[in-house]
Order: sequence, then C-alpha cells, then structure tokens
Amino acid sequence: MQTFISTLIDGLSLGSLYALVALGYSMVYGIAKMLNFAHGDVIMIGIYTLFVTLGAMGTSPLMLALSALIMIAFCALLGFTIEKLAYKPLRTASPLSVLITAIGVSYLLQNIALLVFGSRQQKVPTYFSLGSIYIGSVQIELLSLLILAVTVLIMILLALFISKTKLGSAMLAVSEDKGAAQLMGINVNATISLTFVIGSALAGVGALLYAAKMPWVGPYTGSVFGIKAFAAAVFGGIGSIPGAMIGGVLIGIIEAMMNVFLPDALSNASDGFAYLVLIIMLVLKPSGLLGRKQIEKV
Amino acid sequence: MKTRLQRLLPLVWAIALFGVILLLMVTKVLPRSYQQMLPTICTYIIMAVSLNLVVGFLGDLSLGHAAFYAIGAYVGGMILRYMTAIPFGLRMIVAIVAAAVVAFGVGAAFLYLVRKLRGDYLAIVTLAFGEFVRSIVKIIPGTGGSAGLTDIPTIAAGAFPAKYIKAFSWSYLVMILCIFFIVNLIRSRHGRAIMAVRDNAIAAASVGINVSRCRIVTFAIAALFAGIAGVLYAANTAAVNPADFDYNVSIEVLVMVVLGGMGNIGGSIIATIILVALPKILLDAAQYRLLIYAVALIAMMMLNANPRFVSFKRRVGEKLGAKFKSLRKGRA
Repeated sequence: MQTFISTLIDGLSLGSLYALVALGYSMVYGIAKMLNFAHGDVIMIGIYTLFVTLGAMGTSPLMLALSALIMIAFCALLGFTIEKLAYKPLRTASPLSVLITAIGVSYLLQNIALLVFGSRQQKVPTYFSLGSIYIGSVQIELLSLLILAVTVLIMILLALFISKTKLGSAMLAVSEDKGAAQLMGINVNATISLTFVIGSALAGVGALLYAAKMPWVGPYTGSVFGIKAFAAAVFGGIGSIPGAMIGGVLIGIIEAMMNVFLPDALSNASDGFAYLVLIIMLVLKPSGLLGRKQIEKV
Repeated sequence: MKTRLQRLLPLVWAIALFGVILLLMVTKVLPRSYQQMLPTICTYIIMAVSLNLVVGFLGDLSLGHAAFYAIGAYVGGMILRYMTAIPFGLRMIVAIVAAAVVAFGVGAAFLYLVRKLRGDYLAIVTLAFGEFVRSIVKIIPGTGGSAGLTDIPTIAAGAFPAKYIKAFSWSYLVMILCIFFIVNLIRSRHGRAIMAVRDNAIAAASVGINVSRCRIVTFAIAALFAGIAGVLYAANTAAVNPADFDYNVSIEVLVMVVLGGMGNIGGSIIATIILVALPKILLDAAQYRLLIYAVALIAMMMLNANPRFVSFKRRVGEKLGAKFKSLRKGRA
C-alpha cells in the first residue's frame, strides 16, 4: 500500500510534467493546425543548455536562477526561429509537407545534439536537493510536490492569459478561423509566433523540472518524452488546458505504476508497453476527452 | 496504346542491368566493399518503394515502416535459423512467404485498429507501433532477446566474388519481383483507387471506393514488402538485433522516398542507391549523414512549396523529356 501511494504521487508529478509539455503541443496544434514534432527536442536542447551553464557556473541559487532564465529564453528563441525559418514558408503547403518538415526539424535538432555532445547520456549537475517528507509511513519527495505545484500554477496563469488578455483572445480567434481573424485586424503571423514562443518557453520550464527529477540527458531524451506528451494532449483534447492535465497525469501514473508493478519477465519490454498505452489512448479517443468533435466537410 | 513489347521493356532493362552488374562482379572490376553493399541497396529499394506506396500514393505518413522490416527479419531469420531440415534455397522461399504473410496480417490488423486516425495522429501512432514492436520482440521466446538473433545462415557462402554474386542475385531477383508487383498495382484499377483516396477521400467514397478498406489493404501490402525486405536483411547480415530497427531506419527510408519524389517509384530507386552508396564513397562525411538527411527533408519540402522552384523543375523536366524524345526518334 505504501509503495502504491508513493508510486501514485511519483506518477502524478511525472504526469504533470507531461501535462506541461502537452500544453505546448496543444497550443501549437490548436493555432497552426500542425504537430510540432520538434517540441520534445526543444526540451532536450533546454536540458543540454542547463548541462552547459550549470557545469560552467556552478549550482549556487543565484547561478541556478540565471541559468534557468538563460535556458528558458533560449528555448523561446529556438521556438521562434524554428517557426520563422521552417514552418512559416509552408503556411499554405499540404499538411503532409508540413508534417515531414516538422519531422525534419526534430531530426535536425537531435543530430546536432548528437554531433556536439555525443550519443552518451550526460549527467546534469544536481540543483534541487529537497529531500522528502513522511506522511504516516508514506515517503513523499518534495520535488514531486514542487513539480505539481509549478505545473498547476502555470496552467492557471495560461488560462488567465488566454481568457483575460487581448493577445489571448487573438490566439483564440486565430485558432477558430485565420481568415476571419485577419479581417478583424489581428496580426495572424505575429500571433502564431507568439504561440510558438509561449509553447517553447513552457518546454523550457518543463526541461528545468525534468532535469531536476531525471538528471540524465541524451539526444533522444526529448523526442520520447515529447511523443508521450503529445499523446496526452490528444487524449485530453487538443486545445484544452484541463484536458492536457488529465491526459498527462493519466500517462504519468500508468507509466510509474508499470515501472514498479510490471512482472520481471515483462520488464525487459517496459518501453514497449508504454508505447502500447499510447496507441490505445490515441485509438480510444482521437477527438479527446475534453475536445470538440471535428466535422469533416467537403 | 503501348504494345506488349513496350510494356515488357522495363523488364528487359532490368535483366540487362543485372547482366552488366554481374559482369562487373565476376571480373572484380567492382571492389569488394561495393559488392558487399549491393544486397543492402536492393533491400532498401524494396523498403523505399513500398513506403512510397503509403506516403506517395496513399498520402498517409507512416513512421513505423521499420516495424514490418523487423517482423520480416525476425520471422525470416527464425525460419532460416531453426528449420535446418529444409535445403537452403527452399528455406529462403518459405521464409519470404511466411514473413510476407505475417507482415501483411500484422499490418492489416494494425491499420484496422487505427483506421480512424489520419495525418499527424497516424504518424504518431505508427511511430509508437514501430517502437512497440522493437521492444516487444525482446520478450518473445526464440528471438534472442535484447542480444538479438544470431548465427542466421546467410545467402553469401563460398569464396569472393562467388558469395557476393549469390547474395546479390537473390536480392536482385526478389527486388525486381517486388517492384514489378508494386508498379502493376499502381497502374491497375486498385492503384487508381488508392490515388483517388489520396487526392480527395470524400470524393473517392462518393464514387463507390471503400476508403477504409483501400487504406487498410494498401498499408498492409506495403507492410508485406517491408517484411520481405526484412528477410533479405536477415539472410544477408547473419544477425538481427532489436536496435537495427529503430526510428532512424523509418526516417532513413522516408528520406529516400521524399528525395526521390513522393509518388515516383523511379525516383525512390535512384534516391535509395545514392543514399546507401554515398556514405561509403564519402567516408569523411559519414558522421554527418543523419544531419544531411534532416536538412534534405526540410529543404525538399521548402523547395516544393516554392512556386519558382516548381516551375523551374517543370521547365527542366520538359527540356529533358524533349531531348530524350528526339534521341529516340533519331535512333529510329
């Protein structure tokens, strides 16, 4: 029972990480109508940035704050650049071309990381050592609670941003109908850029929390994580903030439970089961728990 | 109307090419490392042409083509390894047929399951399927687990160059049969149905094409050929390992299809030959291979979205076509 509860909390914090990343996918998908394959790899680049800056400057609180800021800004800049250089020229191209380009960008980032840092997993210096508390006899890591709290806070801020500010309304309008939004005087290109910047900054925050929890990074760290996060976004419903949370937490808990409770004979293929869960989620609910049904028109 | 002879012309070319390569091999004009590479090229051509069927003709993106390659390699590899009572030539045929059947079945079942997903979602779900298959083989008995299946009897046996000639002949024959089938499929009524689904699924449905069935069958046929390619892989490398079938393989084949032109079989073949041979020729650039792939993918998409490049391509195509025609006339 104790293992069950601590695994549950572990899964919850992992899941909220997924949710944070899922938001990035969800926002971009809702507005640009494209799957930003490179989103996961932006996280990977973010963790490598931390690896470099923390390695160079040490992990004192001031330096940590500085490197976190640098990293998040770098991720946002990266997202902005990717959109400008790779996706914007293809605004009117077929969805298949856009998808292949996105895969290409993702592959490019992975292989740049591979060339620069090598295929070996690198260890990011530890920077949050919070320890854990006991409730009764159940051990709870404080880091898990911190991740959960940060995610929930960001979600609330994002929801407020979208519903209360002018820029947020512009984003909603663009996701609804690009042409009509343009006629209303909304700068569509700028709005899409803004979405990529916010999404990538969220990926940066995700990278910060991810590396605190799992301090190892390799060229493919982000893509695997990103694919699962995308499945979470789809399952919860594309474009829905609470949906991303539900989907992310569900995947996080299933994964944590599988790591602990899967029989030894099957644990060799635990990755495979994680992907199986993902396939099942996409098959069961492609329109999402909290998403709107898409009607295909001629 | 083409005469019967004209329609058989590509086959004549294929046999002529086979003869030329064989001659180069026997006389050892082609160095050993290139002879070794030939079966790999044939295998990858089957992969690229079959993926083109899905990406180019059906218009769906599959990022899990390596999954069926893996299935074929394992089914074929296990048959070659364990059914030693049957003589090798016959065992190869049994392995190819079995791998084709299993890959077709798995492909059909998988696409039936995900038949409602298209575009981005299908891409993700096929990617997940690829990783799932690669991971799940580890716990199936007889596959050798994470260490992989080893000691598979290979086609190549005997001295140089005889062993490579044997390996190449098998691979080339299988490849020609696969290409022949796929080209004929595309030219048939079913091929036109596939392209109709790609161009407009709703319009296709309205003229009586069963869109769902068409997608499932096309996908499964592509899986079948990937399975056959897998057997060739197993029979040429002697060992198969789950790590041989990762995401990178699917991407590599996708790059071949995209570079050669989606919906262009000849293009896929040429692109495959270049992409497999190039790293061997430019050894210094080998470490940048994957980086170049990524750039190639992005560049192709951007160029094809650029109207100036598209019209340039058409002009060049027309000029070349005209020249070729005048050459033919001159000869006649």
